Amino acid sequence: MLKIEHLSKVYRGGKKAVDDMNIEIEKGEFVVFIGTSGSGKTTALRMINRMIEPTSGVISLDGENLMKKNPVALRRSIGYVIQQIGLMPHMTIRENITLVPKLLKWSKDKKDDKANQLINLVDLPHNYLDLYPSQLSGGQQQRIGVLRALAADQDIILMDEPFGALDPITRDTLQDLMKDLQQRLGKTVVFVTHDMDEAIKLADRICIMHNGQVVQYDTPDNILAAPANEFVREFIGSHRLIQTKPSAKLVDDVMIKPATISLERDLEEAILVMVKKRVDTLFVVDSKERLKGMVTIEDITPNRDGQSTVSDVMHKDIYAVHTGTKLQDSVRRILRRNLSNIPVIDHEQHLVGLVTRANIVDIVYDTIWGEEVAE
Amino acid sequence: MKDMNTFEQFFYYLSENGVYVLSQFFQHFLTSIYGVLLAALIGIPIGILIAKYYKISNIVISIANIIQTIPALAMLAILMLGMGLGRPTVIVAVFLYSLLPIIKNTYTGIMNINRDLIDAGKGMGMTRSQVLRMIELPLSLSVIIGGIRIALVVAIGVTAIGAFIGAGGLGDIIIRGTNATNGTAIILAGAIPTALMAVLADIVLSLIERKLDPMKRQQKRTA
Repeated sequence: MLKIEHLSKVYRGGKKAVDDMNIEIEKGEFVVFIGTSGSGKTTALRMINRMIEPTSGVISLDGENLMKKNPVALRRSIGYVIQQIGLMPHMTIRENITLVPKLLKWSKDKKDDKANQLINLVDLPHNYLDLYPSQLSGGQQQRIGVLRALAADQDIILMDEPFGALDPITRDTLQDLMKDLQQRLGKTVVFVTHDMDEAIKLADRICIMHNGQVVQYDTPDNILAAPANEFVREFIGSHRLIQTKPSAKLVDDVMIKPATISLERDLEEAILVMVKKRVDTLFVVDSKERLKGMVTIEDITPNRDGQSTVSDVMHKDIYAVHTGTKLQDSVRRILRRNLSNIPVIDHEQHLVGLVTRANIVDIVYDTIWGEEVAE
Repeated sequence: MKDMNTFEQFFYYLSENGVYVLSQFFQHFLTSIYGVLLAALIGIPIGILIAKYYKISNIVISIANIIQTIPALAMLAILMLGMGLGRPTVIVAVFLYSLLPIIKNTYTGIMNINRDLIDAGKGMGMTRSQVLRMIELPLSLSVIIGGIRIALVVAIGVTAIGAFIGAGGLGDIIIRGTNATNGTAIILAGAIPTALMAVLADIVLSLIERKLDPMKRQQKRTA
């Protein structure tokens, strides 16, 4: 557990960047510091790995006072991701990823293993390891930036507006990736942003800061339901407060049963199923009902030679959400990525349902007329 | 000799005194190299230092600037008063002229590195010397070599003048030519190798400079 007690930073001239901050961050928790510029959120973050030395106060990890540790050793044990990415232009991607292991003097084999293992996590091809950062796009570079922070098995990762400079779609993808990695690897993440959507999407708990002080520290749902004061209410924005009503719904409540077809069927059969079920899209599953891909009527028409099976023409790279996701988040993705629908899968990749654009209509209806009328 | 034109005289001189010209060529080259190496040995650490404590950078660069403005002949004369005639005096003069480009390029090279890289390096747990060794020096190396390149070209010119105080080198041949009647060919036998040396040094070092530039190296790999 990361514990911040009476933490203050006073700059020369008496400006208080952080003023008596007290919060606790549980192991494996995703905490987002949010606030306007000058609220002290970045200063607070940078005091955790002592890039900035606090004026007073104590930060402790599992009871150990970090202020008494050697700052260099401390920083090697904490992942650090910045908005400007900061990949070394003269080093290959492999060297960049394994920079902290190099500082910790790992053997070459262990470093190479780690680089190969990590690049798998972010769906980039292995030959990227030998490229230089300037040959990658901004989004790819920041994936490497995230990997670099994981390379030495750091338990805590500090992220300072890491996705702020990326375009909305790339940002969305990387947010999903980060949340997934954090949950899968059980990392504690402290994340700074000024984007409320990003905070609500990622955070287990949000720490809202203003003028160096913590205004409210709570789960996104509690903050949206009960803002601590007028500042928080204003900061969240009234449109999000209204959204909280339908957002209580999960995808599980509204999803419908999708039309499916198994991998080895041929395209004639696929068309028959489409006609029978009156749909233009089929989800492809294997014998254990695991989601493998998707075929649409547009994919079938040009390939009707009687030879191909659905596994030959299906889209493998499809976007799915897990059960238990908030309906509001899924709908936001449908809109942002211009998808027609999103399949819902459980944690073993089994296809369990489908959220469609019809659900957007329901949400709009609920928001405007209220749920009672809609029943 | 009389019936030959200048060009033929030049080649005649070279064929008669080839070994002598070659030995002077090497002496000239070594005198320049010694001075530049000495300046690199002292100038690069000074450049690194003033990049860290940039408050003193103005003073240091101003001093180097003043040294640079002294004419070569005057500098040699002043040094001669203290050190006497001979090669060491010229090496010291070369050293003084080389300081400015080397210090200034080292300083500029390090100051121009993106602060975010230093921040990322520190944040990942690099010590100050690791930041210097793994980020600052590799990324400024090509700029530093650029400084050495300028210094070496200037040094070759200064060494030629150094012949006046008995340092030897190709300057000796030039002076001999100016003293002889109809010595144009002898002057050329000294001047052309000097120019050749300067041009070659410039080309070789610019190749090294380009090779060490991390950005250019990547473009080559992409192609």
